[in-house]
Amino acid sequence: MIPATIVLAYLAIVVYIGVFAFRRAHGREEVEDYFLAGRSLGPFVFLMSLFGTNMTAFTILGSSGHAFNNGIVTYGLMASSSALVVPLTLFLIGTRVWALGKKLGFITPVQLFRDRWETSHVGTVIFAVQAALLVPYIVIGVMGGGTTLSAISGGLVPFWLGGAVVALVVMSYVFFGGMRGTAWVNTFQAVLFLIFGATAMVVIGWGMGGFRTSAEALLASPSSFLLTRERVSPAYFFSYTFIPLSSIAFPHITIFCLTARKMAQFKKTVVLYPLCILAIWLPCVFLGAMANRVTDVPKIAEKVEARRALAVPDASLGPERRAELRAKTGADEVLLLLLERYAPLWLAGILGAGIMAAVMATDSQILALSTMFTEDVFAHYEGKARFGEAAQVHLGRGFVVIITVVAYAVALRAPESIFSLAVQYAFTGFAALFPLLGAALFWRGSTKWGALAVTAWAAAGVAAVAVFQALVPAPPSGPPTVVWSVGGLDLLARTPGGTSVLGFMPVVPMVLVSCLLMVVVSLLTPKPSPATIARYFPARGKPLTGVRGVA
Amino acid sequence: MKNALLALAVLAVYALHQDFWLWSSARPLVFGFVPIGLFYHAAYSVLAALLMWLLVTHAWPSQMEQDAEPGTQKRFLPPTGGRIGGGVDERSARERSK
Repeated sequence: MIPATIVLAYLAIVVYIGVFAFRRAHGREEVEDYFLAGRSLGPFVFLMSLFGTNMTAFTILGSSGHAFNNGIVTYGLMASSSALVVPLTLFLIGTRVWALGKKLGFITPVQLFRDRWETSHVGTVIFAVQAALLVPYIVIGVMGGGTTLSAISGGLVPFWLGGAVVALVVMSYVFFGGMRGTAWVNTFQAVLFLIFGATAMVVIGWGMGGFRTSAEALLASPSSFLLTRERVSPAYFFSYTFIPLSSIAFPHITIFCLTARKMAQFKKTVVLYPLCILAIWLPCVFLGAMANRVTDVPKIAEKVEARRALAVPDASLGPERRAELRAKTGADEVLLLLLERYAPLWLAGILGAGIMAAVMATDSQILALSTMFTEDVFAHYEGKARFGEAAQVHLGRGFVVIITVVAYAVALRAPESIFSLAVQYAFTGFAALFPLLGAALFWRGSTKWGALAVTAWAAAGVAAVAVFQALVPAPPSGPPTVVWSVGGLDLLARTPGGTSVLGFMPVVPMVLVSCLLMVVVSLLTPKPSPATIARYFPARGKPLTGVRGVA
Repeated sequence: MKNALLALAVLAVYALHQDFWLWSSARPLVFGFVPIGLFYHAAYSVLAALLMWLLVTHAWPSQMEQDAEPGTQKRFLPPTGGRIGGGVDERSARERSK
């Protein structure tokens, strides 16, 4: 009961932050103020909020769960690759998006693409694909909220009520506070993550009697592979360096780049971002792996046993039994179990609030969808000109309510596994869309047809992987099921965890083909007018000039 | 030349992510409990932060910053010491009188 009370108090604080941000706006109904916090965020809020936005439920719950089953490789796969690629893209792309947004008045990436490539309809296609890839996040966020609140309260709060509470809280502060409220809440949440990581490490380490003994015991056990990377192929490991390209291509991150008051705010963010990743991910991954030694917690012992049973080739295990065992190995709650075992009640409550903060990272996606809809559809198709700026803000708020209600309704009915998979595909899809930003900002020869080819390829690629994985069942364990092989070379295979193309994850060929399509199609199709190109690529020494063109 | 060296540094750090030489060894345990593979990637995150510091120090797109924020240049002028009138005007007036 105590943890649930602390978590509810946390939720109340979060709502208050949203209302406070609303008051700070002094009743202004301006588009830039609501959707971009008036491009006024300071360095601390910009860093923490951007970090908090990128850290989803997966960071804390998923990373420790992944490390529980796969070991320390989780850090190299997801954290250290992001520690390089995400700040690098912020440095190269984020700063340019900010400067162009400030100069030319952009609010969404689609506005930039429409203006850069002198196109209306291709922009609408990009909007549709981005929105389709973003929606599953919001649904999964509501589901995660319901599950976590239910777990923290020991089942006192049912899933449907937990999901409703989380959806209502997120909707409230996004509705009232807009980008300012969302950024402040994300800052508060990121600070909680950082406190969470350090505290969880100390408390659990203390409870386990020190990590030295646990590490040595794990090395002496059959699970010693968890402290190495011997079960992961180098090609698979390399593939993961492509995934963080998706970060800047997510519309909520691109839009967030426009909220900084000054370009200089990117400096601290870019430098400190890898260290923030280290501070959060290292404890979560390490604790996840070490949890394998906590066999006096029955649920953890069950998971270890289920994993061992699956690893042994046993023909007598039927598909149903395998599915049951696979479900048991799911370890997203492993950190919660460790806290329950080692942390005092009041501390478990505070740490539970940290976990709730991670689960509630859907706010930015909801606001981004609302921003995109009102700017890329409503304003673009003359709605703003006809009804005015205040109407656009009201519509944006209404859209926030509609998205949240729909996401909640879907979350109650659909199985979580579907949306988990959709989120998995979304990373690949947005990584494949990355060449849009790269080409728009760095290649004067890029064209709208190149952009259309990239967008169509990303959408088709994601759909193809989804269909492939639905049609070809995953092998139980061990070697992958080869589906297409030429001259002894395995081109396409179904692995226990997904799909393999030439031994790589699908994200590698998808990004490479995207780049190729952008180059080839752009070379074959007419360029935008010289005036537009000159606005984006001014001659050396000449400033960015002119106003945004009308598509 | 400077930009080429920085680009090389980025490529080198990217390549260092693929640390095949530590693939199947857990030992030595750094501080007695951190497997070497995990420690390497934790240190890699620190290296990434250092690389980012190099980039923002030596390859910051200042021209673009000044174009987007015409007022940025003023921050580098000497303070006015609370006197009425901006530092820009006072200084240019002194220069004119010389």
